[in-house]
Amino acid sequence: MTETRIERHHYDVVVIGAGGAGLRAAIEARLAGKKTAIISKSLFGKAHTVMAEGGAAAAMGNVNPRDNWQVHFRDTMRGGKFLNNFRMAELHAKESPQRIWELETYGALFDRTKDGKISQRNFGGHEYPRLAHVGDRTGLELIRTLQQKIVSLQQEDKRELGDYEARIRVFAETTITELLLDGDRVAGAFGYYRESGEFILFEAPAVVLATGGVGRSYKVTSNSWEYTGDGHALALRAGATLINMEFLQFHPTGMVWPPSVKGILVTESVRGDGGVLKNSEGKRFMFDYVPDVFRKQYADNEAEADRWYKDPDNNRRPPELLPRDEVARAINSEVKAGRGTPAGGVYLDIASRLPAEEIRRRLPSMHHQFKELADVDITKEPMEVGPTCHYVMGGVEVDPDSGAAAGSVRGLFAAGEVSGGMHGSNRLGGNSLSDLLVFGKRAGGHAASYTDQLPTRPKISVAAVEAAVETALAPLQRDTGESPYVLQQDLQAVMGELVGIIRREGELVDALGKLAQLRERVAKVSAAGGRRYNPGWHLALDLRNMLVVSECTAKAALERQESRGGHTREDFPQMDAKWRRVNLVCSLDGDAVRLERKPLPKMRPELISLFDRAELAKYLTDEELAEFDALTEEAGK
Amino acid sequence: MGTKRQFRIWRGDESGGDLQDYAVEVNEGEVVLDVIHRLQATDAPDLACRWNCKAGKCGSCSMEINGKPRLSCMTRMSTFEDDETVTVTPLRTFPVIRDLVTDVSFNYEKARETPAFAPPADVAPGEYRMQQVDVERSQEFRKCIECYLCQNVCHVIRDHEENKPAFSGPRFFIRAAELDMHPLDAKTDRKEYAQSEMGLGFCNITKCCTEVCPEHIKITDNGIIPMKERVVDRRYDPLVWLGSKIFRRGQVPQTSVTSEHHSGAGSAQSGVHSHAGGSHDARSEAQAQKGVNWHRQVPHPTAPPLDANGKLPLTELTFDKAAAPSPFGDDVTFPLPPEHLNFAHPQQDQPKH
Ligand SMILES: Cc1cc2nc3c(=O)[nH]c(=O)nc-3n(C[C@H](O)[C@H](O)[C@H](O)COP(=O)(O)OP(=O)(O)OC[C@H]3O[C@@H](n4cnc5c(N)ncnc54)[C@H](O)[C@@H]3O)c2cc1C
Ligand code: SF4
Ligand code: SF4
Ligand code: FES
Repeated sequence: MTETRIERHHYDVVVIGAGGAGLRAAIEARLAGKKTAIISKSLFGKAHTVMAEGGAAAAMGNVNPRDNWQVHFRDTMRGGKFLNNFRMAELHAKESPQRIWELETYGALFDRTKDGKISQRNFGGHEYPRLAHVGDRTGLELIRTLQQKIVSLQQEDKRELGDYEARIRVFAETTITELLLDGDRVAGAFGYYRESGEFILFEAPAVVLATGGVGRSYKVTSNSWEYTGDGHALALRAGATLINMEFLQFHPTGMVWPPSVKGILVTESVRGDGGVLKNSEGKRFMFDYVPDVFRKQYADNEAEADRWYKDPDNNRRPPELLPRDEVARAINSEVKAGRGTPAGGVYLDIASRLPAEEIRRRLPSMHHQFKELADVDITKEPMEVGPTCHYVMGGVEVDPDSGAAAGSVRGLFAAGEVSGGMHGSNRLGGNSLSDLLVFGKRAGGHAASYTDQLPTRPKISVAAVEAAVETALAPLQRDTGESPYVLQQDLQAVMGELVGIIRREGELVDALGKLAQLRERVAKVSAAGGRRYNPGWHLALDLRNMLVVSECTAKAALERQESRGGHTREDFPQMDAKWRRVNLVCSLDGDAVRLERKPLPKMRPELISLFDRAELAKYLTDEELAEFDALTEEAGK
Repeated sequence: MGTKRQFRIWRGDESGGDLQDYAVEVNEGEVVLDVIHRLQATDAPDLACRWNCKAGKCGSCSMEINGKPRLSCMTRMSTFEDDETVTVTPLRTFPVIRDLVTDVSFNYEKARETPAFAPPADVAPGEYRMQQVDVERSQEFRKCIECYLCQNVCHVIRDHEENKPAFSGPRFFIRAAELDMHPLDAKTDRKEYAQSEMGLGFCNITKCCTEVCPEHIKITDNGIIPMKERVVDRRYDPLVWLGSKIFRRGQVPQTSVTSEHHSGAGSAQSGVHSHAGGSHDARSEAQAQKGVNWHRQVPHPTAPPLDANGKLPLTELTFDKAAAPSPFGDDVTFPLPPEHLNFAHPQQDQPKH
């Protein structure tokens, strides 16, 4: 091997990812006195979190005082079709309000209620107005606030220690390609600076993964180039496990026209504020798609639905506010039945429902975006929308309280979209931003205390670093392979067509075959150009991550023979209570993805008794119901 | 289907580069960033450019398109004539890394120097109460997506590398304004700090920054001007000045901005102001304080010449002077007449009066 320069750094905690979860974790680790590094593929403050629009769900009860953590917990479990890790849902519901209030002490400025508290808005799947928001740029507010909090900690360190970067440093435009282990313990991380192509090595006993999602494996997606499933793949390769990978959220309302903005989301608050979905015949079709489990909460006629906006206590909600998977499926069915728009979507109409002035006030950036990008004036004409790959529920299997990764590795933590379990089979809108804060803080804090109780610092082996260098340089040194862009397109085609929103056994088997072929082609990928800021090379390195994560999704989707949340099997259209008790767990066996079934943890009695028996009957097996009855009888005595 | 369109894209790195011609297919409804992505997937796989959201929300994809600073993901191809050649170059104010990617670390350094939000000491989390009307002013500035187009276009640093240390730029003036207008921020010297440490004085309100802001933030009208006015008010208001002299005895009297402002231990440095923007040398400033002619009227700078649209010509090429307009105002000639100087020689004796 030729000589390669590698920059070395020593940290206590390395946080991979500078979105909401990563920044919150880093703040916590730094507050615990640990020397902390934050690593991000793009510039500081540009992570995906910036794009979240609707808001952050937290049961503060500012708008409807009847809201509390129990109600939020119930909504979350319901949304995830009871497949959620109940402990995570519980912690999330309990701790979100504190995490939001804390942001105000960092300088966040949320929209206010009349009495000066944080305003909260309605959102699909939430019983009460619950989403703290700032117009429709809540994610920007969240990330900027955390970014500025980090700056303020750096200013403290500068005053105290003379150096901004004494205890917390941001490595922007730096990509981690490999985690390094010492036995079963995390010892560090290896990556490259995008800018120079130079390599960088972090020696650290604890690593927090906060790398976000996997959406780039799909062509119509709201996700950016960063979302190549790096964290998922890093975790797998380090011996951790992934759960729920079959559950992908397709946002029901992404723009489908014009083509350049295909995939960009139209926030749910358009529907929360009165927008309705219509097919090409002008029919408000959502009334035809209210599933039985939701009949009690959703209106079955337009008059009642329309009254709800003014008087939510005495009317049932409009079906446009059903959970996302239901809306996405409904749109899909309408389009398949030939009642879609020319571009293959449906109409989302707010223009005929609210005065132009009101639309501009409530949805300023939506209005702006459509005007600038598509020359569509949403105050005058309806939008054309359709399902878009948006969010991955699945991710690193973690201990609910600490965020420590399950599997054989120690010292690895995960938080945010890259972790799994919290959202079960489907995430409610707004639950992600609060998830980032709650579990980011937990992961950062536990990573810090993990380093405290380590007797010795793990060591990095030279051989592992050499191997990492070699893997990273390989695409540049080959010139016989295919272009990474072609391979990415082929991968997107396989995933979009065969492992998309509606799945079938034959297609999934086919997909696995195609992915295996792709794997061989990806192993031989070659990138033109040099090491300095070379996007082709970067993509070539990301491809293997996208591929292994796609294999997990396809395998799990084939295995789960039911439809639930973000996983719809045409050949098994019903939800099956037996499958609710099963988590599908992926791990790596050498190079190959191994899939195992694992039982879901059982909900504690005081939590399960928050639900009506009638509701539970839709989800639980007879056996579980009998247990529940015994429990209520016990309590009745 | 699409048509072929002509593009000229700057390729190179810090050692130099040039515009290269490409003919690319363009489909209906596409934006410039789509075209760049198509080039990456075809003729130029290693063409470097930043992007994330492709929706005008992250501020990554800033570049200069036909000489105008723009977000490439928000620049529709339909805004150009069919036979027009579209020229794409990197932001000019920041050093090139490669192709369309520039080193914007200047902005992160300035961000780090700007004092953070100071939470009120006696309000617990969850107890913050603010009215919507009161937060809206700051919220306007918090819309900033940090695309740095305003920084790129501001002539104070665009053509004057040497101003960079003393000048934070419009993005950070609105950060200061945002905190100044924050109903609960406990720090009270945001404006003074902007004047003395961030180089607010360099800004001669050309409004180029407001002009390019993709978020339509009224950087000058709502941010910079209110801050300047308040600082100026205090500087010229004899009552305020008297007040400060009477009530703040024992402190070095200060030329300008310090009336109610109290910045504690660091005051020798942070409270002072020289008319050419902030000086970072505390000692020479303190010296200058002694030799000040307090009653001198500082002439208002006149704005530099504007073009037919009422805008400042953006580049030296199209500008009628050899360099960008003087931050001191174009009516000031050098050397300055001695009576206009607020300068004290380090070795000079006690001032005459
Ligand atoms: C358009 C859109 C709208 C949304 N709206 C909402 C909403 O209204 N409410 C809500 O709750 N949620 C919403 N979401 C979901 C939510 O925004 C995301 O799930 C969440 O922001 C993920 O945050 P994160 O901290 O996990 O990761 P991200 O914010 O995605 O950050 C990932 C970070 O990891 C870094 N990274 C990745 N790989 C590597 C690597 N190999 N090396 C180094 N760094 C790496 C990236 O650079 C980035 O900094 C929305 C999502 C989208 C796309
Ligand atoms: S108004 Fe002109 S001089 Fe002032 S900050 Fe903006 S661009 Fe710079
Ligand atoms: S103020 Fe406007 S132009 Fe300047 S960085 Fe922010 S968004 Fe960009
Ligand atoms: S890519 Fe985010 S603003 Fe253009």
